Amino acid sequence: MSFSARLHANAIGWVLPVLVIAGWEAASRAGVVPANVLPAPSAVAEAFWRLTLSGELIRNIAVSTARALAGFAIGGSIGFALGLANGLSRLSRGLTDTTLQMIRNIPHLALIPLVILWFGIDEEAKLFLVALGVFFPTYVNTLLGIQSVDPQLVEMGRVYGMDRRALFFRVILPGALPAIFVGLRYALGIMWLTLIVAESISASSGLGYMAMQAREFLLIDVVVLSILIYALLGKLADSLARLLERLSLGWHPAFQNG
Amino acid sequence: MPAASLTSVRSFVAAPAPARPAISVEGRRAFAFNGVEKRFGDKIVLDGIDLDVPAGQFVAVIGKSGCGKSTLLRLLAGLDRPTSGSLTLGAEEAGHSRTRFMFQEPRLLPWASVVKNVEVGLTGIAAGQDARQRALDILGEVGLADRADEWPSVLSGGQKQRVALARALVGQPQILALDEPLGALDALTRIEMQQLLERIWLAQKFTAVLVTHDVAEAVALADRVVVISAGRIALDLEVPAARPRRRGSAELARLEGTILDRLFG
Repeated sequence: MSFSARLHANAIGWVLPVLVIAGWEAASRAGVVPANVLPAPSAVAEAFWRLTLSGELIRNIAVSTARALAGFAIGGSIGFALGLANGLSRLSRGLTDTTLQMIRNIPHLALIPLVILWFGIDEEAKLFLVALGVFFPTYVNTLLGIQSVDPQLVEMGRVYGMDRRALFFRVILPGALPAIFVGLRYALGIMWLTLIVAESISASSGLGYMAMQAREFLLIDVVVLSILIYALLGKLADSLARLLERLSLGWHPAFQNG
Repeated sequence: MPAASLTSVRSFVAAPAPARPAISVEGRRAFAFNGVEKRFGDKIVLDGIDLDVPAGQFVAVIGKSGCGKSTLLRLLAGLDRPTSGSLTLGAEEAGHSRTRFMFQEPRLLPWASVVKNVEVGLTGIAAGQDARQRALDILGEVGLADRADEWPSVLSGGQKQRVALARALVGQPQILALDEPLGALDALTRIEMQQLLERIWLAQKFTAVLVTHDVAEAVALADRVVVISAGRIALDLEVPAARPRRRGSAELARLEGTILDRLFG
């Protein structure tokens, strides 16, 4: 697909959000939607401008992003490492998989009361929850990816004299990559979700905190702004993951025309 | 040679760098099976195979499915070990004494370009620019030089199998083991591939062992046809016809008849 055609296809995805915002603005101006239920988009834009000028918005986005990425890095790397270990070693899988599957079935947000008791409302609490949330989709999909690598290709690699290292980097890891990307995108979604819940409940900075503060003072335009920023940040993370996916899975028939 | 020492022969074959003395020096013999038996549990798959193959010969191994012909090939390629009996590989000049295996399926890495897939055949032999050049040269021989940088997924079945052939040949193997590599191709592509295989074999003079269930293919390509039935060699037949061979000639048809009689007689 050419660049302009791709731009065109991406533009189509934005038609609906733009229409919704235009309709919303019109409804607010006509007085159909009272401002204390849902402020007009122009009011939200004003709030955006006000908070940007005061530096509050940028600071909170930066704090939240740093938390999200740190938690993602911790949970993602542990999940990836354990997924690799359990995919490659029967012993490791036998030792840990049952335990992990049991923990996986606990909704990680149910741990919030316990986490607050352990860490208070410090950074560790948020990092812990995000890392835990990101861990499982990364782990499960990495393991699945490695287990689904075609054994015929592995045999071919052995016959052609690849050592364990070459076999891993040239056959097993590339074969597991599509599933690992599915895990990555899923983990990114969980990352934002967890962080926002955690920040709404126990934080003294960040986007979730900003939204909760605004609720206290009935600043409904700031609440709506926070929600919109979640949507944009989530979309940004997903787009980055898809870009990475397209760059590294160029061989995959599903990506050859997109 | 006992079965256990096979590994040491294999490792010598696979990694020629440390100059160790060859374990068996047999002159111009490619390999020999001596009373080889292979069981899987209680099931006897190969029951005393004796087969002596001189270097450079093209041997076709024929049999009904489940007769043990693929097992024979896997033993030869070191993918399996005999339960008893031994397999002797002829000593060849260092760096070239390799057995390569061509599978029924192409088994190309979908995430590597065509030329990178061929370079897999040079693992431990060559790397970098040298490997790429050798891979491009052999791709030219199988007629795919212009497809070098494409993904395998855009190739047809016959083209994929030609890449697999290039991968098997790029390391200049002494023995090429072929496990029904043409079985999944359509009839016309199949004949094209047979001619390609014969041409490259005539040029490079490796020992070829082709497992097939196509009797016409066997007599068209091989110097010698070995029929396996119930784990034993039921027929060991020279194919004296001169090359290039004309498909459907009376001479080949007569040989084909002899083999079919033995298979179903």
